[in-house]
Amino acid sequence: MIRLSIPLRQALARLTLPVLIAAAFGTMLLGKMDTLLAERARMALADLLTPIWAALREPVGAARDAAEELGHLYALRSENARLREENARLRRWYAAALALQAENAMLRRHLAFLPEAAPAFVTARVVADGGGTYARAVLLAAGSNHGLRKGQVALDDRGLVGRVTEVGARSARVLLATDMNSRIPVILEGSRARAILAGTNGARPRLQHWPADLRPEEGERVVTSAEADAFPAGLPVGAVRWSEAGAPEVELFARLDRLDVVRLFDYGLNGILPPDAVARPESRGRR
Amino acid sequence: MKGRPAPNPSLLRRVDALARAATPMALTVALLVLAAMPDGLPGCVAAVALPCVFFWSVFRPAAMPPPVVFGLGLLQDLLSAAPIGTGVLALLVVHGLAMRWRRFLARQSFLAVWMAFCGFAAGAAALVFVLSVLLAWRELPLVPGLVQFGLTAGLYPPLAHVLIRVHEAMRRAESAP
Repeated sequence: MIRLSIPLRQALARLTLPVLIAAAFGTMLLGKMDTLLAERARMALADLLTPIWAALREPVGAARDAAEELGHLYALRSENARLREENARLRRWYAAALALQAENAMLRRHLAFLPEAAPAFVTARVVADGGGTYARAVLLAAGSNHGLRKGQVALDDRGLVGRVTEVGARSARVLLATDMNSRIPVILEGSRARAILAGTNGARPRLQHWPADLRPEEGERVVTSAEADAFPAGLPVGAVRWSEAGAPEVELFARLDRLDVVRLFDYGLNGILPPDAVARPESRGRR
Repeated sequence: MKGRPAPNPSLLRRVDALARAATPMALTVALLVLAAMPDGLPGCVAAVALPCVFFWSVFRPAAMPPPVVFGLGLLQDLLSAAPIGTGVLALLVVHGLAMRWRRFLARQSFLAVWMAFCGFAAGAAALVFVLSVLLAWRELPLVPGLVQFGLTAGLYPPLAHVLIRVHEAMRRAESAP
C-alpha cells in the first residue's frame, strides 16, 4: 500500500464522495446515451446470478408452498363447516327417501301392484356415425345374431339415445333422437303433460304438441311416455331449454356427440315401427 | 517516548478483521441478490439497499466507504429496472447526509432513527422520481415512487433488527482480547 501523509489522506477521503457523486451523474448520462450498454450489463449480471437464484428457488419455493398449505388448512375449516351442513341436509333427504320408499312399498302391497320385470339388455359398441337413410344415426357392431331387433330402445349411461331401426346379422342402426325423422312421445315430469319430442337434425330436438295451457318450464325433466306402445314410461330423456327463438327444446342427457357404447333394452314393445316393419312383422319369439 | 513496536498481527487475526470489515457489504449484496429473485416483489431491491446503506453509514461508517456505496448503487440499478445511475446517486446522497449527522443519529432511540430514516427514504424516492422524469423527459406516474417509499420505510425495522444483532456481535468480537 502506498503510504500517504495524514492530511493528504484526509483530503482524499473528503474528496471521494463528491467525485463519486459526479461519477454517478456520469453513469446516468452514460446509461441515457447508450441504452444498449446498460442492457448488456444487466444481462451479464443476470447471467452471473442465475445459478444463485436457481439454487435459492428450491428453499424459497418450499417456504412458499408451506405458506400456501397453511392457507389451505385455514380454508379447510370453513369447507368442513359447509360440508357438515350439507351432510346434515342430505341426511334429512336420505331419511325422507327411506320413508318414501317404505311408504311406497306399503302402498304397493295394498294395491297388489305388479312390478315390471327388469328388462334384458345387451351392450353394443358404436362403430360409425351417420350413413344410411338418416342424417343422425349410428351403426352398432351387433345385430340379430346378438339378440337385437327393431324397435329396441338405445340408452347410454345418462339417458335415451334413440331406437333401433335397421338390424342386420352383425350390425344394427340406431336412429338418434336428434334426427329429423325421430318422434318420441314424452312426458314433462313436473306437470305430467304429454308432448312429442321431434328431432331437427340439430343438437337439441324440439318439443311439439304440448298442451296449450301448460307451458314447459325451463329445466324441467323430460322422460319417455308409454303412449303408442313404443317406449316404456319414465326413461330419462333430457331437460327443457327455451331457445332464443322462443321454442321449447330439450337438452338431451345422453351425449350423442361422443357415443362409445350403448345399451339396447328389449322391453318387448311393438309399437310404431318403420313401415317395412309393419309390412313384415317379426315374431316375438325370435329374439 | 519510544515503545516496543506493536506485534505483527497474525494471519488469522488479519483474516478476521478483513471478514468483519467486509461483512456489511457482503450482507447487503446478499440481500440485494435475494431481493432480486426473479419471482419476488419487483420494488424490493431498492427498498433493501437503502436501509442497509443508511444503517451501516450511521453505526459503522468504516465498513461502508463511498466506493462501496457506489458499487452497491450500481448493483441495485442493474438488478432493478430503474435508469442506471439514479439509485447510485440516491444512495450516495443518503450516505453523505447520514455520515454528516451520524454523531447525532447514533445517540437517538430506535424509533427516532426510524423516523429520520423515513425522511431519508422520502427524500431518496423524490430524488429518484425527479431524476427519472428528467432522464425520460416525460411525465411518469407518481404511484410507483410512493410504493417504493412505503416499502423502504416499512422494511427498515425488520432489517435494522437483524443488522443491530450483527453489529453487536461484531462489536463484542472487537472488544474481546
